[in-house]
Amino acid sequence: MTAAPAFERLDLGAEPVERLLPRLLGTSWNDQLARYGSLPSLRGQADALRSLLSRSGLTGRGGAGFPTGAKLEAVARRGGAVVVANGVEGEPASAKDKMLLARNPHLVLDGVLVAMEAVGAKEGFVTLAADDERSFVRLESALAERRRETPSILLARLPTGFVSGEESALVSWLNGSEAKPTFKPPRPFERGMNGRPTLVQNVETLANLALLARYGAEWFREVGTPDEPGSVLATVRGAVRRPAVVEVELGTPLDAVIDLCGGLSGPAQAVLVGGYFGTWIRARDLDVPLSQAGLAHVGGSLGARTIVVLPEGACGLAETTRIIRYLAGESAGQCGPCFFGLPALADAFERLARGGVEMQPALARIGQLERQLARRGACSHPDGTLRLAASALAVFADEVERHRVGACSGSAR
Amino acid sequence: MSPRHLRVNPILCDAYGHCAELAPELVELDEWGYPILREGSVPKEHLAAARRAVAACPRLALLLERRRDG
Repeated sequence: MTAAPAFERLDLGAEPVERLLPRLLGTSWNDQLARYGSLPSLRGQADALRSLLSRSGLTGRGGAGFPTGAKLEAVARRGGAVVVANGVEGEPASAKDKMLLARNPHLVLDGVLVAMEAVGAKEGFVTLAADDERSFVRLESALAERRRETPSILLARLPTGFVSGEESALVSWLNGSEAKPTFKPPRPFERGMNGRPTLVQNVETLANLALLARYGAEWFREVGTPDEPGSVLATVRGAVRRPAVVEVELGTPLDAVIDLCGGLSGPAQAVLVGGYFGTWIRARDLDVPLSQAGLAHVGGSLGARTIVVLPEGACGLAETTRIIRYLAGESAGQCGPCFFGLPALADAFERLARGGVEMQPALARIGQLERQLARRGACSHPDGTLRLAASALAVFADEVERHRVGACSGSAR
Repeated sequence: MSPRHLRVNPILCDAYGHCAELAPELVELDEWGYPILREGSVPKEHLAAARRAVAACPRLALLLERRRDG
């Protein structure tokens, strides 16, 4: 008898889902009402809404994947809550939140209203990056169209940066400080905006709340896998014909997601999944499902569903070095190990990418830094960077050997 | 008495290093001078040293606390 597969595999062709990002949907409130119908009356439905969310199996779509129902319960229990929609999307590999805000702003606002009712909040905020002009304009006009329904929702624009969207950084900004992570506990759901329990939820998660309130948990579970129901937005870029944000069922094989973007633009070498804190997976593993279970099977995780394809003829070590250097520059500069350690890690990767006699000392230095950096930050910035570094060394092990003798895939074109 | 754990607030910590001087069994310093704390709860015989280290931190960055999870 063979062992059961570690994940559900859906037998899917390249069929996009059209729940969150329907093609041909206008951005006005009338367009939205015609497509989705109006939001049912929420008054007095807090308990029913939270129970609906728990039954739905919805998990946070910002990257951490925490069960949404449990998070809302924890906030509701404390009372006096505030709801914050996180649309900051500091992750450069991801574009899905900006796309959702710009193309379906009313669905996100609906989600904020549902979340506010479910946790008993009287105030809601939608946060976005300062340079995301398009989302800001669309949200402003969406709010203006329905000021009567949304008097208590405000927009907040945060300084653009990788760590700005970390939930404690976001709350810190709303409290009048810098958009930098804070020491935990307390976490925002315990003590957040003005010391009140604060539900920080990704905008895609909230858009799902808007759909759940209308159509129910059974409808929600019609797509996706039994363990990971629903659809997700994914950002696909790199060596594909049409880089895009697509909506797919959880469990759709990675290669089918790539097919929705016109397929590979040439032979692929590896794929970075889960953003800059993510993991590289080998091109031969592209048949794994886009789901937590599927990606875990190849050492990855779902994250915010970014898929960056590295073509043959590029150097994975050079690419990883570039990303680590970027992340080092995006450190909030608050914690010593992150502030000093990440530039040192970028230096070590640079030596690794140079190769030759630099190789052995570079590898030793990376090991030394991994031991010194693990779990040393107030947020996951150092640990996320370490994860990327470790996966690069594993997946590009052949490239490391090539560099040892002074060769490189990147210069072999 | 329930077990105590040392924890550092890495945002406040400015690498004065007094903690490693006062509680060498519990704290070592990384190459930049920031504390790396020994895993697990503080053994009884080192509790006094842990308290001295906490009291000596100029940044009030070192905490001796009970864990909710024990």
